[in-house]
Amino acid sequence: MTLASIAFGAVTGPPSPGPSDFDLPGIAGSAVTKPMVLVALSVVLIVALFYSMARPAAVVPGRLQFAGELVYGFVRNGIARENIGSHDFQKFVPFLFSLFLFVLVNNFYGLIPVIQFPTMSHIGYPLSIAVLAWLVYNGAGIAKKGFFGYLKHETVPPGMDKWILPLLVPLEFLSNIILRPITLTLRLFATMFAGHLLVILFSLGGEYLLLHSDPVLNKVAGGFSVVLAIAISFLEILVMFLQAYVFTLLTSMYISEAIADEH
Amino acid sequence: METIGTLNMVGLGLAAIGPGIGVGLIFAAFVTGVARQPEAEGKLRQIAILGFVLAEQFFIIGLALAFVLKASNT
Repeated sequence: MTLASIAFGAVTGPPSPGPSDFDLPGIAGSAVTKPMVLVALSVVLIVALFYSMARPAAVVPGRLQFAGELVYGFVRNGIARENIGSHDFQKFVPFLFSLFLFVLVNNFYGLIPVIQFPTMSHIGYPLSIAVLAWLVYNGAGIAKKGFFGYLKHETVPPGMDKWILPLLVPLEFLSNIILRPITLTLRLFATMFAGHLLVILFSLGGEYLLLHSDPVLNKVAGGFSVVLAIAISFLEILVMFLQAYVFTLLTSMYISEAIADEH
Repeated sequence: METIGTLNMVGLGLAAIGPGIGVGLIFAAFVTGVARQPEAEGKLRQIAILGFVLAEQFFIIGLALAFVLKASNT
């Protein structure tokens, strides 16, 4: 049963939220779906907001510029400089900053009324930005050390005995080159998916218990369920921010590891 | 009394044990670290949050899977 059939059709039984709630139909019968529109909207929003923040470029920042500088400073100093080091972090700040904002805005869509759909709960979107992060950290490493030098840097840990290398090299290759984009994707996707599903579950369940079932005990449980849906929404605010933060943090850690000097 | 539902939820409860212990250990270590050296709080918080999210993800993935995997005869 999908959301639409519950909202507009007759109530046939208790709601059972599932993955089918995330299969939104195309807008007006076209192939364009809601997440596509939301991604385009997020780009427009971020560009417009930060253009208006950066345009005055005053020495004494106004309110809007101050807010923008706060976010920028958080990513630049808190994430990029902390992890990559003050020598060559500056090339990566634009990438990390856009990554952070893109993930953050697309996550927060899950809580804004009317929009209420986290784009990142469709696996294609986190996958594509994880692939982008993969290209950047591998590209940065290859640019610094050359192709084979980079491969050696990532797969051969220094100070190991010769006999263990045949075992260690495939493992390191798997974990450092192949699995990183997959775990980045799964972490972001599963968190957004599960969080949104929980909000659906508690709000639909509360609605059903309050309005469509007779026993008085069910009404109490329904009220409790609605309250819990609100509480989970607040938890989601934290989780959405944390996921954007961790995505950017891990990307910057991968970059710093890729371009680190041998020691 | 008949109970309906899916065993996935029991599995989900069991799956919450591991990350629960893990997250508890992480923040216990964080609190100890801050108590011993309050000026390192900012640095420790970053590490603690990273560890928290990495430990929590297993429960979250389990939560998503508990809803996604359905018995074939329902």
